[in-house]
Amino acid sequence: MEQPALLEMRNISKEFPGVKALDNVSLAVRPGTVHALMGENGAGKSTLMKCLFGIYAKDSGTITLDGQEVHFKSSKEALENGVAMVHQELNQALTRTVTDNLWLGRYPKVGGVMVSERAMRQRTKEIFDQLEVHVDPRAVMSTLPVSQRQMVEIAKAVSYDAKVIVFDEPTSSLTEVEVEHLFRIINMLRQKGCGIIYISHKMEEILRISDEVTIMRDGQYVATKAAKDLTMEEIIRLMVGRELTNRFPPKENVPGEVILEVEHLSGKYTRLEDASFQLHKGEILGIAGLDGSGRTEVLETLFGAMTRSGGTIRLHGKEIRNKNPGESIKNGFALLTEERRATGIFGIRDIRDNTVISNLKSYLIGGICLNEKKMKADTDWAIQAMHIKTPSQKTQIRSLSGGNQQKVIIGRWLLTKPEVLLLDEPTRGIDVGAKYEIYDLIIDLAKEGKGVIMVSSEMPELLGVCDRILVMSGGKLAGEVDAKNTSQEEILTLAAKYV
Amino acid sequence: MSKESKNLQETARAFGGAKRVGDILLNNALIIIMVIAVIYIAFRNQNFIKAASIINILAQTCAYLPVALGVGGCIVLTGTDLSAGRIVGLTACISASLLQAVTASSKMWVNLTPPPVLLVLVIAMVIGAAIGAFNGFFVAKFKLHPFIVTLASQLIIYTFLLLYMKAGNNGGMAISGLDKSYSDFITGCPQFIKNLTGGITIPNYVWISLLLTVVMWFIWNKTTFGKNMFALGANEEAARVSGVNVFATTVLVFALAGAMYAVTGFIEGARVASNTANTGLNYESDAIAACVIGGVSFVGGIGKIRGVVIGVLMLRLIFVGLNMVGVNQDLFYVIKGGIILFACALDMRKYLVKK
Repeated sequence: MEQPALLEMRNISKEFPGVKALDNVSLAVRPGTVHALMGENGAGKSTLMKCLFGIYAKDSGTITLDGQEVHFKSSKEALENGVAMVHQELNQALTRTVTDNLWLGRYPKVGGVMVSERAMRQRTKEIFDQLEVHVDPRAVMSTLPVSQRQMVEIAKAVSYDAKVIVFDEPTSSLTEVEVEHLFRIINMLRQKGCGIIYISHKMEEILRISDEVTIMRDGQYVATKAAKDLTMEEIIRLMVGRELTNRFPPKENVPGEVILEVEHLSGKYTRLEDASFQLHKGEILGIAGLDGSGRTEVLETLFGAMTRSGGTIRLHGKEIRNKNPGESIKNGFALLTEERRATGIFGIRDIRDNTVISNLKSYLIGGICLNEKKMKADTDWAIQAMHIKTPSQKTQIRSLSGGNQQKVIIGRWLLTKPEVLLLDEPTRGIDVGAKYEIYDLIIDLAKEGKGVIMVSSEMPELLGVCDRILVMSGGKLAGEVDAKNTSQEEILTLAAKYV
Repeated sequence: MSKESKNLQETARAFGGAKRVGDILLNNALIIIMVIAVIYIAFRNQNFIKAASIINILAQTCAYLPVALGVGGCIVLTGTDLSAGRIVGLTACISASLLQAVTASSKMWVNLTPPPVLLVLVIAMVIGAAIGAFNGFFVAKFKLHPFIVTLASQLIIYTFLLLYMKAGNNGGMAISGLDKSYSDFITGCPQFIKNLTGGITIPNYVWISLLLTVVMWFIWNKTTFGKNMFALGANEEAARVSGVNVFATTVLVFALAGAMYAVTGFIEGARVASNTANTGLNYESDAIAACVIGGVSFVGGIGKIRGVVIGVLMLRLIFVGLNMVGVNQDLFYVIKGGIILFACALDMRKYLVKK
C-alpha cells in the first residue's frame, strides 16, 4: 500500500567547522502528500533544504528523485528538475512588476532576443486564474503588501510545474483569509500528485494541512509520524525533547488603575482612524486583527514613529504629545518593533551597543563622556535578567538566534525604565522554547506594574497572555473582548467587520 | 569513541584552524603587503628609515589626517563626502588671505592687520562646519544620497573659491607672503623639541593633528553622539525608534567633518605657503581610500579611529617610499587605484553573508 517516495533524502550529514549541522537525517516525501518538517530554530530544517537545493554540499547521504539519484548544484538546476521552493524571506526585485518577477530568469522570448511581453502577460494571467490569485500583474512589486508578494512567490513556484515544492514558513505574513487560500492551492497541488514539503512553526496549520510530519531536533532525525496520530503536545514533546505541559506561563499579573487614556487616535499617512482605548497598570492589552488592519499603526502612532493627525494621549490624566520617539521615551514609553532585523537590531554592532543605545543619557559623566563601566554593568544585568545566551557582550548581535536578539531588545527597553511597553509581534520567528520565556518576561513586567500593549497575529498567544484584546479592522477599532471569555471565532468575526 | 572518528575530528579541527589562519591573513592582507613593501623599500634605499624621512612621512600623514578623520564619520553613516577637497581649498585660501604679512606684495586685504592665528583657525572651522552642515541638511532632510549632495556642493564651493581668489587686491593670484605668526604656528618647531630630536624639525601642525585625533577618538567612542552615529550607520530605522535624533546626528556628523577639513585647510594654508584655487584638489579621494584601507566600511556602522590613522599612514608610506626607489610618477595612480579596489574587495568579504 505504501507508494514509493517521490523524493527521498537518505542519511544526509553535513558538518561545519565545529558544528554537526545534520547527522544522518532522512526524509521521504510521497506523491500527493503534504509532508511537514518541524523542529525548533536551529534544528537543521533549513540546512537540510539547502543540501537538497545544492546551496550547501552535503558530506554524505543520497538524494533520489523519482528513483533517480540526483546531485543538484544550484537552485536553478533543482528547478529545472522539478524541485521548487517558496522562501520565507522574499527575494524579489521590488522595483519591477509582478510579471517581471514571475518570469525572472526564464523570460519567454521572441526570435531568441526580445522578451515577449505578451506571452508573459498571458501566461501570468493563466496561472493567476488557475490559482485564483487576485493580484494586478502590472503592479510594481514594492507597492504590494507583503502578503500579496508572498502569493506571487507561491504562484511562481507553482508555475514551474514542479513535482516537489518546498514551502518555508509560507504563512508568516499571510492573513487568515489568505492562509485558507494557500491551503486551497496546496490541496490542488496535492491532488495533482505533487509532493509538498511544508516547514512551519504553527502547530494548528501543520495538523490541518499535512499528511505526515517529520520532526528534527539538534540536527538529528527524531521521528516521522502520520499527522492524524499526532497532537500538539506530542509534537512539542518531540521537538523540544521534554514535556512542555503548558504553552503559556501562569498569569499572575493583576490589572490596577488606568494609566493611559487614548482618544480618537488617527494617523496622518496611514489608515488608522479614530482609535480610543485605555490601558491599566499591570495589564496586558492585546491587539488582534488581520495583516494591514492597523495594529502596528496603533503602536507606532502612539509612539510617535508614525505621524498623528488627531487624537489625544493622556498618561496619568496629563495630556502628552509623544511627537517623536525621543519624546515618547522620555514620557516612559518603549516600542519593540515588528521587523526585528529591519528596525530592531543594529546587526553589525555588539550586544553592549545594542543594549544601551536608548539609554545613553543616563551614562553621561559631566554631560560629555560615557561611563563604560556602567554600560557594561547594565548590559550584564540585561544578559542575566533576560537569560540571553551569548558568548560575551562584545559578540555581534546578528550572530545570536532570533529569540536571543529579541531578549536583547527587550533588555534595551527595560533599561529606560518604561511605564508603557508597546510590543509588536514579540515572538515572531522565535522557536517554541524561547517563546515561553518571552511570555514569562511579559507577564513578569505586568506583575511589576507596567502597562503592556501587545500586537500579535497568533491568536492563541493573545488569548493565553493578554487580559483584554482590542480587535482592529480596516484601520478602525472593531471591538474589545475579554481574553478569558472570548473565542477565536468572536475575534475573527470582529476582525472582518470593516474589511 | 573509536580511534578512527577521533582522527577524523582532529583532522576537521586542524582544517578549521588552517582556515582561520587563512582568514586572518586575508583580512589583514593589505597591511601585510604594505609591511612587505616598506621592508623592500627600506632595503633598496637606506634613507627611507632614517629619522628625517620618518619625520617627513609622519608630517605628511598629519597634514592629511584631519580630512580622513572627518570623512570617516560620513562613511560610518554609509555615506561619503566628495566636497572635502574643495573645503580644504576654500579654508586654506581664506586662512592664508587673512594672515598675509603687512608687507606682502599684492596683499588681498590691503588694510587688514593680521588677526590672532587662533581666531583665524576658529573662523576657518566655522566656515567648514557651516558647509558640512549644509551637506548634512540636504542628506537628512531630503534623504538624498551624500554622494549626490556633495557632488553638487563641491561644485558650488569651487565657484565661491574662484570668486574669493579674485576678491580684494588679489586678482586670482596665488596667495603668498604669509605673516610670520602663521608660518611659525604651523610649520615652526620650538627649540626644546629640536634639542630633543637632535636638530630635526617636527613641525607644530603634527601636534595639532595628533591632538585632533585624540579628540575624535573621544567623540567616536565616549560620547552619546558617537554611539548614535554608529547606531545610525548600522540601522537607521532601528536608531529612529530607539529615540536617536536622526536629523541632528546626520547634520552634526557632516558639520564635524567640515570642521576637520577646515583644519587641514588651515594647515595647508601655511604648509603649501602659496595657495591657489587648486589647493586641496582630490584630497577626498586619498582620505576615503585611507578610511577604507583602515577598515571603515561602506557597509556602515563600522570603523575605528586607529584604522583611519593606519590607513593614512600606509598610503603616505607607500607614496614616499615609491618616490625613494624611483618608481615612475605615472604609475602612482594605477597603484593607488589598485589599492582602493583591493581594499574594498577585502572589506566586503568580511561582511558578506556566505551562502
